[in-house]
Amino acid sequence: MSGGIWGDILDVVIESFPFFLTGASMTIKITVLAVTFGCILGLFLALLRLSKNRLISFLAVCYIDFFRGTPLLVQILIIAFGIPNLLEVGQSYLVKNLGMPQILHNYALPIFVIAVLATTLNSGAYIAEIFRAGVQSIDRGQMEAARSLGLTHAQAMRYIILPQAFKRVVPPLGNEFIAMLKDTSLLSVIGLVELTRSGQLTVGATYKAFPVLLTIAFIYLVMTLAISRLVDYLERRLKTGD
Amino acid sequence: MIEVKNLHKRFNKLHVLKGIDCRVSAQEVVCVIGPSGSGKSTFLRCINLLEEPTEGEIYIENVKINDPKTNINNIRAEVGMVFQRFNLFPHKTALENITLAPAKVRNVSKQEAERDAHKLLQKVGLTDKANVYPDQLSGGQQQRVAIARALAMKPKVMLFDEPTSALDPEMVGEVLAVMKDLAREGMTMIVVTHEMGFAREVGDRVIFMDEGCILEEGTPEKIFGDPHNDRLKSFLSKIL
Ligand SMILES: Nc1ncnc2c1ncn2[C@@H]1O[C@H](COP(=O)(O)OP(=O)(O)O)[C@@H](O)[C@H]1O
Ligand SMILES: [Mg+2]
Repeated sequence: MSGGIWGDILDVVIESFPFFLTGASMTIKITVLAVTFGCILGLFLALLRLSKNRLISFLAVCYIDFFRGTPLLVQILIIAFGIPNLLEVGQSYLVKNLGMPQILHNYALPIFVIAVLATTLNSGAYIAEIFRAGVQSIDRGQMEAARSLGLTHAQAMRYIILPQAFKRVVPPLGNEFIAMLKDTSLLSVIGLVELTRSGQLTVGATYKAFPVLLTIAFIYLVMTLAISRLVDYLERRLKTGD
Repeated sequence: MIEVKNLHKRFNKLHVLKGIDCRVSAQEVVCVIGPSGSGKSTFLRCINLLEEPTEGEIYIENVKINDPKTNINNIRAEVGMVFQRFNLFPHKTALENITLAPAKVRNVSKQEAERDAHKLLQKVGLTDKANVYPDQLSGGQQQRVAIARALAMKPKVMLFDEPTSALDPEMVGEVLAVMKDLAREGMTMIVVTHEMGFAREVGDRVIFMDEGCILEEGTPEKIFGDPHNDRLKSFLSKIL
């Protein structure tokens, strides 16, 4: 194609673009899975945290604090390398001292599983706090009215509190989605070829660091802006029914 | 029907109810009056265990309700409550507000619950509002839906906590009219109210509470016409 420095740069970016898009699709895939499973985990954790049972609530707080209070990168490394190490040491202890047969031969999980697991566990903690805040933002009178009609606590949650809370958590969930989309770039350290890693690999092959990384950044920006528009739209749609 | 013996309620150090004794017979309408902060709401809320009594006993039809063995949900299903701020479910239509509890608590079929709900809406004068959401109703209309919602459980007693205090003056009448109808039909009612006209006209008995105690009770004629307690006298002079 065209010559000169700008032509070279353009060639590299155009040539690598399909590769970037595969990376981006992995980024989206991981984010969607993390936030979806994170919602289930988060709802569960939020209900445990709001439980009247002090011990249950305390355990939920411990989980939430750990995953919100430590870096996601460290969490990823623990799941990628720490857990296999633990399994290996644990098994060799059992084999040596108790004469148990060796069951595990390979300690590492597949990279994709590590990626989804780490991001889900992390996202679940953040989403738990989002749900808790949503539930607590509902007027106390709603729970009282429901209970005064004879509904159990669980029924009141299910039919009265949660449906109202879900509307209010859409914007913070959107923010969590965007934050997670960006944070999946950390998964590049375990070799998952998501968007950031696809950029790094291209830089390594072409030595065109600036244009490649700028393109990567631009793709992230397009995705996050698109999602934030979508969330704004959803928020407006839901408001009308409130 | 309802018997309250030596009821105490403390919120941590704050002693809100200091030994309430009270009986309410079937079909009786009891009005509770008293200055704000005197514990009227707390008293009412103890009767359906929205607040747990600290001490004392509450019986409804000879069943002790503040007993660990009693199923709280069964008790609450029999005791209707109407709140000062309506507390309608904003994500449900008027009809759905009314049918929810019969369907989920009493396992009444959808058709039957809806048939009952339409009858109740007619009773409170809101036949045309079945499919309207609470935020499209006026305060008076919302409170009437809230009354219908409580009645849908066919309660044995209705508790009203200042049902007209949050209403614009022009809407007070429509809600009181519904309550008068209920009283006339023989519903057992405990009504915390500042509507002295209502207490006088509908109440069988009036209870004056102050600082967590019942200081005087009697027929409306006696309470309003011939009060003895000094604090009741000063309360009445401020309010009438
Ligand atoms: N959940 C609560 N926690 C702490 N204090 C409360 C609570 N509910 C009511 N109180 C206190 O109890 C007192 C009586 O309140 P309330 O029963 O609402 O009075 P009233 O209905 O006669 O105005 C007030 O001082 C109020 O602040
Ligand atoms: Mg009150």
